[in-house]
Amino acid sequence: MSLFLAIAVGFLFATATYLLLRRTVVRLIIGLSLLAHAVNLLIFAMSRTDLRAGVPAFVGQVPPEAMTDPLPQALILTAIVISFGITAFLLALAVRSGQAAQSDDMDLMSPPPPDEH
Amino acid sequence: MSDALLRQILSYSLAAPVIFPLLGAMAGAITVAPRARRVVSFTTLLLTLGYVLLLMRVVFGGGALVLQLGNWAAPYGISFVADGLSVLMLLMSCVVGLAVLLYSYADADEEIERFAFHPLLLVQLMGVHGAFLAGDIFNLYVWFEVLLTASFGLLCVGSSRAQLQAGIPYLVMNLMSSTMFLIACGLLYGLAGTLNIAQLAERLATLPAPGASTVLAMLFLLGYAIKAGTFPLFSWLPVSYHTPPVAVTALFSALMTKVGVYALIRIFPLVFPDDLVVLQPLIFWAAGLTMLVGVLGALAQYNVRRLLAFHIISQVGYLLMGFAVGTAAAIAATALFIVHVSLTKAALFMIGGVAERDFGTPDLRRMGGLVHSRPGISVLFGLAALALAGIPPLSGFVAKLTITQATMAEGHYVIALVGLGVSLLTLLSMLKIWNEAFWKSPPTRNIPKQHDHAHGQTHDLDDQDGPEAHSPPRHVRGHSHPRLAPLLVTPIVLLVGATVLIGLFGEPLARAALQAGHEATDVPAYVQLVLGPSAAGGLR
Repeated sequence: MSLFLAIAVGFLFATATYLLLRRTVVRLIIGLSLLAHAVNLLIFAMSRTDLRAGVPAFVGQVPPEAMTDPLPQALILTAIVISFGITAFLLALAVRSGQAAQSDDMDLMSPPPPDEH
Repeated sequence: MSDALLRQILSYSLAAPVIFPLLGAMAGAITVAPRARRVVSFTTLLLTLGYVLLLMRVVFGGGALVLQLGNWAAPYGISFVADGLSVLMLLMSCVVGLAVLLYSYADADEEIERFAFHPLLLVQLMGVHGAFLAGDIFNLYVWFEVLLTASFGLLCVGSSRAQLQAGIPYLVMNLMSSTMFLIACGLLYGLAGTLNIAQLAERLATLPAPGASTVLAMLFLLGYAIKAGTFPLFSWLPVSYHTPPVAVTALFSALMTKVGVYALIRIFPLVFPDDLVVLQPLIFWAAGLTMLVGVLGALAQYNVRRLLAFHIISQVGYLLMGFAVGTAAAIAATALFIVHVSLTKAALFMIGGVAERDFGTPDLRRMGGLVHSRPGISVLFGLAALALAGIPPLSGFVAKLTITQATMAEGHYVIALVGLGVSLLTLLSMLKIWNEAFWKSPPTRNIPKQHDHAHGQTHDLDDQDGPEAHSPPRHVRGHSHPRLAPLLVTPIVLLVGATVLIGLFGEPLARAALQAGHEATDVPAYVQLVLGPSAAGGLR
């Protein structure tokens, strides 16, 4: 399980890095969301209990030794919400600034040198 | 009211610096009338400042306060810790927030205020205050996201094309830094099984594999270094900071990079003290290059906002130097420096904004003669500029003296000398603003813009030869601009006044900073404070 997770995390990081280095803004945004997924899986892999145990941590119904570590799940939940909100903002920003620049190429969308105009 | 009772009340209401701005932002978001919104924001910040002043008295009188939210015991629940360092930072951010708000009343136009400027400002302050109080690394991450999200909104307030385009690099770089921070949080949890700063301090010291914690320290350093705008990672700052309205830039300059530095001086001395020693040479290089590159970048600029934005970077170098030294005295000096540089930079941005209003352009080459047309502002600029350069008896002198002393005391002479040399360059770049905007005679308006483009430099010489020769002397001595709105000047006077006061009567603040430095580096005391006396007994 850990090995599988490690491969998945590594693959996601590699893909995200590749996409982040592209010039179109849409790929950049997809890359950032993949990066968020990679980190979420990484945090999941950091659980302090056996990942295959899979017993939800309901206090009183499950003995503490059998529980899956609930903390990484809480962390991931928070991170998902945050990355969701920021991705939405980034998409809106990309649309607006793409409309202004008439392009989705980062080089054309990047700010002009401010002094020498 | 007895002191013990006051302590009790304050420790139960420790979340107030977060909750007041939140309530104010919510009230501001549902208020439609701009005037009512202004009243709400002002009242909110005044209340927060009052609370922080009270907190300051109690914390520096009787020691740090801790709130366990929801009464969940320390490593499991969320802890808010108000020690000297947190309270000093809170005070700085309240003062700057208030000054920026006053300035925005006079400077921001109605359209910007309709863009939810006030609620965003308050949400940003909420995030900043939360970060200053957080006693848990993941909580710190969440507050960083809160303040970043608000800053994305503030950066795009008004939605000009330049702002939208600057928004993308700003957002992406800050997102990358947050991601690195989050990766480090996840790995740290896997390594130590906790994210509470106090418990981490206790556990990482006894870790069997010391190399792992160095890797994590490096990840944290990288994440915060992007946010703080240090040498190889600062490129997002100068492309974005000059685009939003001046009030927003002043706020960012005072708070954004400083929160990054705060996180460094909060976490490293407690959690990674040994790794700080390992990484010290690297951080010294980064600090020296940050100072130098920042100030050289500033010297090359003719846009007053861009010039000041490069100065932010340069000043972060000093903070990084103090952080790398890492002793109690150095952390104290860094805290003092943060307070000084935030107040001074916000004032300088505001003065730059006033000059920009007068001339309708941020280009220094098209400014001039402010020393005659705005003598009051000139004096304020002079004081702020000298303070930034570190001339006695202003706040910069106290800050630079303490930080240099703390660095030299540990035998790091080279970096200290670099810092002193950069002070001279800082003075030089301030003189550049002085010469261009204040001292030289104002540009003649009948020179066509195109001409200006082609011969940027020679144009200045033309001016000094005597504009009277080929144009009517309507801009020379005695020409005055329209009277400034009092609300535009009040915050500048407030900030510069604080700078002068810190310089002249800096003793109480320096003593407070020293106490903060000792608290921030004393691991057993911090552990005992947050986890309770029993836990500290178990600390080996």
